[in-house]
Amino acid sequence: MTALLELDRLTRYFGALNALNAVSLRLARRERRAIIGPNGAGKTTLFNVITGHLAPSEGRVLLDNRDITGLPPHRVAQRGIARSFQRTNLFPRLTVLENLRLAAAADGRGSYSLFGSVARLSAPLARARDVAEAVGLAERLGDEVARLSYGEQRQLEVGVALATRPQLLLLDEPTAGMSPEETQRMTRLLTNVPREVTMLIIEHDMDVVFSLADRITVLHHGEVLLDGTPDAVRADPRVYEVYLGGRDDA
Amino acid sequence: MRWRVLGLALVLTAVLLFPRAAGNYPVKLLQEILIWGIFAMSLDLLMGYAGMVSFGHSAFFGVGGYVAALALTHWGANAASGLVVPAVAAALAALVIGYFSIRVSGVYFIMLTLAFSQMFYAVTFQVAWLGAEDGIVGVPRPRLPGVDLNRAGAFHVYVAAFALATGLVLWRIVRSPFGHVLRGIHDNEARMQAVGYAVSRYKLLAFVIAGTIAGVAGALYTQFVGSITPEAFLWRTSGEALLMVIIGGTGTLLGGLLGAGAFILLQSLVSSYTERWMLLLGLTFILFVLFAPGGIVGALRGRIGLRA
Repeated sequence: MTALLELDRLTRYFGALNALNAVSLRLARRERRAIIGPNGAGKTTLFNVITGHLAPSEGRVLLDNRDITGLPPHRVAQRGIARSFQRTNLFPRLTVLENLRLAAAADGRGSYSLFGSVARLSAPLARARDVAEAVGLAERLGDEVARLSYGEQRQLEVGVALATRPQLLLLDEPTAGMSPEETQRMTRLLTNVPREVTMLIIEHDMDVVFSLADRITVLHHGEVLLDGTPDAVRADPRVYEVYLGGRDDA
Repeated sequence: MRWRVLGLALVLTAVLLFPRAAGNYPVKLLQEILIWGIFAMSLDLLMGYAGMVSFGHSAFFGVGGYVAALALTHWGANAASGLVVPAVAAALAALVIGYFSIRVSGVYFIMLTLAFSQMFYAVTFQVAWLGAEDGIVGVPRPRLPGVDLNRAGAFHVYVAAFALATGLVLWRIVRSPFGHVLRGIHDNEARMQAVGYAVSRYKLLAFVIAGTIAGVAGALYTQFVGSITPEAFLWRTSGEALLMVIIGGTGTLLGGLLGAGAFILLQSLVSSYTERWMLLLGLTFILFVLFAPGGIVGALRGRIGLRA
């Protein structure tokens, strides 16, 4: 089976710091993969390189066997890779519906219309309402982002990424800073994302990881330490060492 | 909605009937306000909606003004010379300046747009066939089919029609899908990019639209005064439009028009008593920024519940 996403020896330096060191990874279509590792392991850098926010120093990113290395973020997004951010990254003065509608209309069709009516762009509007339902914000459509609770803002963060109809969804710590109840709601929400959407998720909460992921990749000091099923990872003593070690240098 | 249409109709009637009730000077003042209002509204599209604070908007006002002066003088006093050619020239200037300027943002965008407009100033100030520091004088007004713009009444309607058209066109644009994209860019440019918008294209288009309208304002100004000087390109022209937008209310369109009104009335009233009218303007500006950051429109909204 061909991989949807293939990372081929991705390397990234920040000055002398080797943030990513020859990271290779194959992600099958429909797979849900978690990336774990202590702080500073290079997880977010890896996302930034995939989405074009950073250029890799070496290596390639292939989507559906096509090289997308070095494309700017909006082109990567147009290829069907969407991303949620670790720090909430929304349109704060717009409403929930407008946040989702803008994302749903990002394919650009109709967005250059100078005199058209927003209400008549029915496809993005319908998509926005569907996603609002899916991320549990159907009741908050008319509210500005500033009026949402933190948990709701995180739900919208995932919603904005989903609204673009991605084939690959990258989630950067979707439950960061959430209460246990909010984390549970988020986990349910993510589990209900259709299987067609392949997922790559960075997450610290192991309950979330084990309930979502088909496979887990452990990143440490910018290298792939281990790649396996949740059971295999759970049983591997190296994972515990890394996390304890990680805590020491933190 | 009905109240808004009614209000617009009332204001429009008042503007059109104003020459019957008032003398020559107040009528000229109103025309000047309308022309500057067009210019300020075009800047508000950039500032208030796309979040691009330009300090070089005078470049397009000046290009429109100079091209209109040249075309009306040399190619004939018709609508093409007075409006179409200046608008196209301003659009081209905006395309070139915008192409380079939108690569940067914030203070760098301000500085780059300022630098471009000052370049125009420096060139027009030197070039002999543009009249150098004296500019181009004795520019005829265009003759439209059946309308003689040299008649004061006709010119008044002509300027008012452009102010109305600009307001309506921009009102439509900021509510269109394109306008919503601009608001998204204003709010969070990086996320717009991350969801797939080719942000720089939208910004360039906004810049060209604003530049084109500014060019029309400049062309109207040349016809209003009958001449154009390098001052049109000066940073002060950009700065005054910026003040008008802020005093009137950023991101409201109507604010550009009201800000132009406040600015020009203040200027004409105070400058007849004292040379130091800039001092009073500065104080007014400080008071607005401190106590009415939403400008005149923001203050009105708070007071009488007026909505956009």
